[in-house]
Amino acid sequence: MNSRVVPLLVFILLIGLLLVGLKISDRKTLIPSPLIGKQVPTFDLPVLDNPGQNLSQESFLGKPYLVNFWASWCPTCRVEHPVITELAKRNAISIVGLNFRDLPADARTWLDRYGDPYDVILVDADGRVSIDFGVYAAPETFLVDAAGIIVFKHIGALTSEIIENEILPRVAAMPPTERERSQ
Amino acid sequence: MKTFSLCIVMVLIFFLTVSVSAQEPLVFENQQQQDRFHQLTQELRCLVCQNQTLADSDAPLAHALRREVYEMLQSGQSNDQIKLFLVERYGDFVLYRPPVQNNTYLLWLTPLILLLGGVLVLRASIKKRTALLTNNERPDENPDGNPDEWPEN
Repeated sequence: MNSRVVPLLVFILLIGLLLVGLKISDRKTLIPSPLIGKQVPTFDLPVLDNPGQNLSQESFLGKPYLVNFWASWCPTCRVEHPVITELAKRNAISIVGLNFRDLPADARTWLDRYGDPYDVILVDADGRVSIDFGVYAAPETFLVDAAGIIVFKHIGALTSEIIENEILPRVAAMPPTERERSQ
Repeated sequence: MKTFSLCIVMVLIFFLTVSVSAQEPLVFENQQQQDRFHQLTQELRCLVCQNQTLADSDAPLAHALRREVYEMLQSGQSNDQIKLFLVERYGDFVLYRPPVQNNTYLLWLTPLILLLGGVLVLRASIKKRTALLTNNERPDENPDGNPDEWPEN
């Protein structure tokens, strides 16, 4: 009896493994970022609309903000664009666009066509800063708190579910005193 | 005429391949540095096409990371420093050979556990068969035995 049951059990186990594998492969974009809980990488990048002006991570200390890596060559960025526009309208958090590995002219054409939801856009032309952020797909979005700590990262297009369930609750949970302390 | 146009196509293909291979002209100081570059890019994963190494992949990210590795080599950094640089940004997943640590013990030990399990099963079945053969008066009649007739545990 045993010799018939054991192969069956092994077979069922393998099927289970297969199902788990199929489920996980859906979420293979979820490579945990080692940057969560750490200080935001240092950068010093020109502003798209004012190339003479540079902003560093220190310019953003004092209030939470989103860093959204995007590029005009990225089709998924177009998919999430309405979601970001919607979020920007609510004034819930400032949104920093990080235009990476892109040409400023292409970026501007893209913004003219679809609208500019960003509070400010920084230009990472050679993609160095995107590497420091561990960006491997576009778009990627980081939530940074007032002290400059990365608290959340989303890979791929933002959705209103992600904003409602992941981002805004985290912003709401940030202590209001942080704002005063860092200023 | 057909042959001629074929020749034209061949020549075009030749130039095409030349221009592709000339995309990343990396100049190394010496053979040793070049070997280290190839070894490193073979060991690092491209995170866009996750089953390809940095050396294999043609994704823009792979280009950027190869350039990063190349420049770090040029500036005299060790293999470990370069790997640490990438792990700090992309996590252990960037390494094709993950480090032995708390969350990878299972990964590293599973082959050993499976091997041990196999050895144990093999030993048990050899023992059973030996017992069967010594108990059997005429073992030659059924030399392979029938698994279903083996004594149960």
